[in-house]
Amino acid sequence: MGKFLVRRLLSYLVLIFLASSFAYILAATTLSPRTNFEQLQPRPSQEAIERELDHLNLNDNTPLAERYATWAAGVATGDFGQTITDRSVNEEIARKAGVTLRLIVVGTVVGCTVGVAIGAYAAVRQYRAFDKVTTAIAFVVLAVPTVVIAVSMREAARWFNDLTGRQYFQYGGEYTAGLDAGFWGMLFDRLQHGILPTLTLALALFAAFSRYQRNMMLDVLGSDFVRTAMAKGLTRRAALLKHALRTALIPTITYFTFTFGILLAGTTFTEKIYGWHGMGAWVVDSIVQNDVNAVAAVTCFMAVCVMAASFLSDILYAWLDPRVRVS
Amino acid sequence: MSMSVERAADGAAVDEARVPGRWSGVLYELLRTRRVLFGLGILLALSAAAWIGPLLSPWDFTEADILARREPPSADHWFGTDSIGRDIFTQTMVGLQKSIIIGLCAAVLTTAVAAVVGAFAGYFLGATDKVLMWITDLMLVLPNFLVLAILYPALRGQGYIVFVILLAALAWMVTAKMVRGMTISLKEREYVLAARYMGVPDHKIIFRHILPNMSSLLIVDATINVSAAIIAETSLSYFGFGVQKPDVSLGSLIADGSTQSLAFPWTFWFCTGLLVLLVMAVNLIGDGLRDALDPQAKRRS
Repeated sequence: MGKFLVRRLLSYLVLIFLASSFAYILAATTLSPRTNFEQLQPRPSQEAIERELDHLNLNDNTPLAERYATWAAGVATGDFGQTITDRSVNEEIARKAGVTLRLIVVGTVVGCTVGVAIGAYAAVRQYRAFDKVTTAIAFVVLAVPTVVIAVSMREAARWFNDLTGRQYFQYGGEYTAGLDAGFWGMLFDRLQHGILPTLTLALALFAAFSRYQRNMMLDVLGSDFVRTAMAKGLTRRAALLKHALRTALIPTITYFTFTFGILLAGTTFTEKIYGWHGMGAWVVDSIVQNDVNAVAAVTCFMAVCVMAASFLSDILYAWLDPRVRVS
Repeated sequence: MSMSVERAADGAAVDEARVPGRWSGVLYELLRTRRVLFGLGILLALSAAAWIGPLLSPWDFTEADILARREPPSADHWFGTDSIGRDIFTQTMVGLQKSIIIGLCAAVLTTAVAAVVGAFAGYFLGATDKVLMWITDLMLVLPNFLVLAILYPALRGQGYIVFVILLAALAWMVTAKMVRGMTISLKEREYVLAARYMGVPDHKIIFRHILPNMSSLLIVDATINVSAAIIAETSLSYFGFGVQKPDVSLGSLIADGSTQSLAFPWTFWFCTGLLVLLVMAVNLIGDGLRDALDPQAKRRS
């Protein structure tokens, strides 16, 4: 088991490196940082532009292989280079990664737990009112792109605030800048800002997971081992939780790995729409600003996230499925 | 005695009702599944509106009525006008056209790529499988919206067809893994072995015997991919990374309308509503198809 996880981890590292390299090469060929400097007012001298581009390792006159080698050598020592405004990419990551991670972790935990719980319960109560209502809600939410959920919630919050004349919901940024209200005041302020973005992510996850979990649970409910569990004297509740749900969770975990990429996309859009300065919003801005190094760094971050999710699901898988542990 | 009676009864039954083929059975199931009919109905209605609507409307989709800016819906402008006086009804219908075309084309392409990659990996196994699955894993690590967004400067000025191809090129991975799994089990079947011993070349076996036998999976998957493609297109276009001007799609319309949805709700809600309706119709069809084509899934509905 331990050996298996170590081997997985190694192959993940290789994949992360390749994915980031691919993103770097892609970004370096399609984005043109030169235009950023050429459009400055007043326009700097040609020499100054070349010097600046060389300094940032963004000069398109340098062969791509050479630029890539410089970049890769930096990454190998843990340095992702400079942004187009000559700030350290590493410092930017340090500032922004936390924002994104907070959003993803809370959103994922809330969305998945609620989704799985509701899906499993709906399967137990198949065709009852609860099942029908949650299925209908999930079906509608699944048809709405995260972007639209985010925008609609923001507009609904704006409408609600206008209606009540108080700022119950905040939808710009992660916290009020320069607010000094003590620990509880700050916490409340963060909650006020955080509730809508988190809800946006959680809602999309809830829809996908409750539908999937419901189907998986239905497949398991009629099986022999659940009946045996109840026959040997377990209460229905214990049999359902310990035997049925546990088995039905295994495919859901694989599903989680596959949906994580979509979740990252959703996070990007949510951050951008709610004005959070996280990695997702940063990558959208960097692409517009032709910031090659930043794009590569964010891709690396996202690849790490995908791999972390995948690794987590490997561990969960092993925890849930005794066959993996034994072999 | 009793056996012969039974046999006779069997014979009679066969004479009366022809043994249904695969497709007639499926068709029967489909027609019985209300969701599929309902979804198909909505989809047809939306397509009809998208193609006929602009012909009925007196306005062209790039034409601006400068005297009527941000007008609410009226007899003149059925869905109102936007900030520079363009007719929202015409724009929405043209956007709907684009979204439907992009969704359908991208989904068919995605499923085709996935089927070929998955079937080859599963059929040949060994080195082919290693390489193909490794590429698949690598593509799964890269969030596809990111790659599309990075590529957008190269996309500017290209038509939406390039966008469709890219959308498909970045979305086939999960299906390919599923197809691979099914191929591994299908290739042990007698008819595949028989074909192989008769000397049928491998690629012919894949296209003639293996892929047709998982057509139900592929059809369901293509349907699901339609909604995934529409959603991806909307999200990317919202940030300007997708369909480029002067083309409009539902995503770019939603982006235009979203900032002013409170003061001028018609700029936002018509396109959003139609988008949700479109994706929901496709999902209904996909869901119903899955139940109709997958005998194990009957009780899920």
